[in-house]
Amino acid sequence: MPEELLKIEDLRTVFRTEAGTARAVDGVSFTVGRGETVGLVGESGCGKSVTALSIMRLVTDPPGRIEGGSILFEGRDLLGLSEKEMRKVRGNEISIIFQEPLSSLNPVFTCGEQIREAIALHQKLGRRKSKEKTIEMLRLVRMPDPEKRYSSYPHQMSGGMRQRVMIAMALSCQPKLLIADEPSTALDVSVQAQIIELLAELRVGRNMAILLITHDLAVVAQMVDRVVVMYAGAVVEESPVEELFGSPAHPYTKGLIDSLPRLGRRLERLPMIPGNVPDPLDLPEGCRFSDRCQARFEKCATEPPLFDLPGGRLARCWLCEGGDG
Amino acid sequence: MARYFAGRLGQSILLVWLVLTITFFLLHLAPGDPMARYDDPEMDPETVEMMRRQFGLDRSVPEQYARWISNFARGDFGISLRYNRPVSELLAGAVPNTLRLTVAALAVYMILGVALGVTSAAKKNSLFDRVGTLAALVVYSIPSFWLALMLIMLFSLKLGWLPSSHMQSIDALSLGALELFRNRAAHLILPAFVLGVASAAGMARYMRGSMLDELRRDYVRTARAKGLSEGTVLMKHAFRNAAIPIVTIVGLSIPFLLGGSVVTEKIFSWPGMGSLMVESIFTRDYPVILAINFIVSVMVILGNLLADLGYALLDPRIAFSGEEGER
Repeated sequence: MPEELLKIEDLRTVFRTEAGTARAVDGVSFTVGRGETVGLVGESGCGKSVTALSIMRLVTDPPGRIEGGSILFEGRDLLGLSEKEMRKVRGNEISIIFQEPLSSLNPVFTCGEQIREAIALHQKLGRRKSKEKTIEMLRLVRMPDPEKRYSSYPHQMSGGMRQRVMIAMALSCQPKLLIADEPSTALDVSVQAQIIELLAELRVGRNMAILLITHDLAVVAQMVDRVVVMYAGAVVEESPVEELFGSPAHPYTKGLIDSLPRLGRRLERLPMIPGNVPDPLDLPEGCRFSDRCQARFEKCATEPPLFDLPGGRLARCWLCEGGDG
Repeated sequence: MARYFAGRLGQSILLVWLVLTITFFLLHLAPGDPMARYDDPEMDPETVEMMRRQFGLDRSVPEQYARWISNFARGDFGISLRYNRPVSELLAGAVPNTLRLTVAALAVYMILGVALGVTSAAKKNSLFDRVGTLAALVVYSIPSFWLALMLIMLFSLKLGWLPSSHMQSIDALSLGALELFRNRAAHLILPAFVLGVASAAGMARYMRGSMLDELRRDYVRTARAKGLSEGTVLMKHAFRNAAIPIVTIVGLSIPFLLGGSVVTEKIFSWPGMGSLMVESIFTRDYPVILAINFIVSVMVILGNLLADLGYALLDPRIAFSGEEGER
């Protein structure tokens, strides 16, 4: 396993609402190694994006609040940094790409300006130098006609081009960690593949780690080294990617993988997991997945810990007690 | 762009004509007579009759209208019935004074309104925000004539810091250039503040709301994720977007400022269009009323045109019809 770059321990992020306190991220721990690509997967609402925003310390407070845990980045706890120190990390050492490129770009500034601004800030470059660097970045992300596109506004671009702008912006200062929060979800299917390929290609030679947040297991299979599966604000399984698809340990992971369409398998209907993700305001007692689980038994009334499995795998299920899955 | 403005100009001319025509007939429908002030036993009725003929007031209303509009279209605003002087001469004295007051009030309105609104939004729910909200509501509810009187009492009578009326001191002509400027500036402070502050309170509320709307948006999160300081996020990214709807409000507020200047000028004895308008209405000085109406309509239309221009300048997504918008 590569040297540790990011180590999240017992992260707890809550949202205070009128209806009560929602524990969106409830004791999450995982690591990302230098240059490693880790997939963070789970259904919508399981706390993936909040985890990402917590790493960047961009959770809106109020109503959100990081209540506890630590986020060690190269040994430094990001949660202990001052806002000023944190600003030097954001966009410089850790960058993030969001799901919806149109709303994530400022409509009244040119795309070039929005990238240039980050370069000028972190690399202390003047206007001309930072503009040159921006055009270089646009070329790197395969923007057609980068000099001309520098002065285009977001509304004058296609969805794919906008996401290329976001990627150029995120990579402009050579971050050590890139968080990609559903980078391809909002795009056309044909463009999705291009963006994922672009990311896969750009990480090579940069020794950049990627935390890829997605609910798309096909993307996970294609580009990540290790997978962290989240369910209802907690990590339920962690495993290298081949083992995960080969023999998923947690019933939830099994359900996710079974619901993937596959070649050579004809079914009337794709299997699906019955029920919905529980309300973070009202998490079930015991195992969070128990009310949707086919394999439920008496023990599930108490919450299982993460069990160590062979091959450096982890799973939060009583079925894995004893360590052999 | 040229086509857009040609269209706007055509519309505007039509609009001004409509406003003036309606005003003309309303004036003649209203009770009262410009010659009524000569209803005096001392006055020879024949002389009054002669004056009436001279001013064309003896003709039928449609006839008067036709004569007036054809002169007006040629740039002849007519003769004031009261002063017996060309209306253009009266206006040449009054309009610049009103503009000076309105522009100063607009500055109070924009600077105060924007600064308070942006600060409130940045410090949402803080003490500053709460006090500001309450103060804005109070100021907004105070009638401007009362506020003017209170300020005069405090700053002119009690403290003696600022003059209470007129545009300059009586001895102003003997002052040097710098002294004259200071003297006039001192005279401008109270009326400009009174005229601008109520709108500023409204503006602060709009600005706060608009900023809060923008601060919730994804691009603000992106700006923060880049590592930009909160000041840059606020003043560069959010403000530019929040200013777009505000520009329209500024354009729409111009009629309010001009309307408000009537009261303000009267209280501070400011020799502007507002004072002239009030006198002219009392004495049924039709040509002056119509000419002032014309100028106010033009200013309102210009204000809106400038707002549209500002809108397009701030928001690259807006293309004037006829111009090709890339999508």
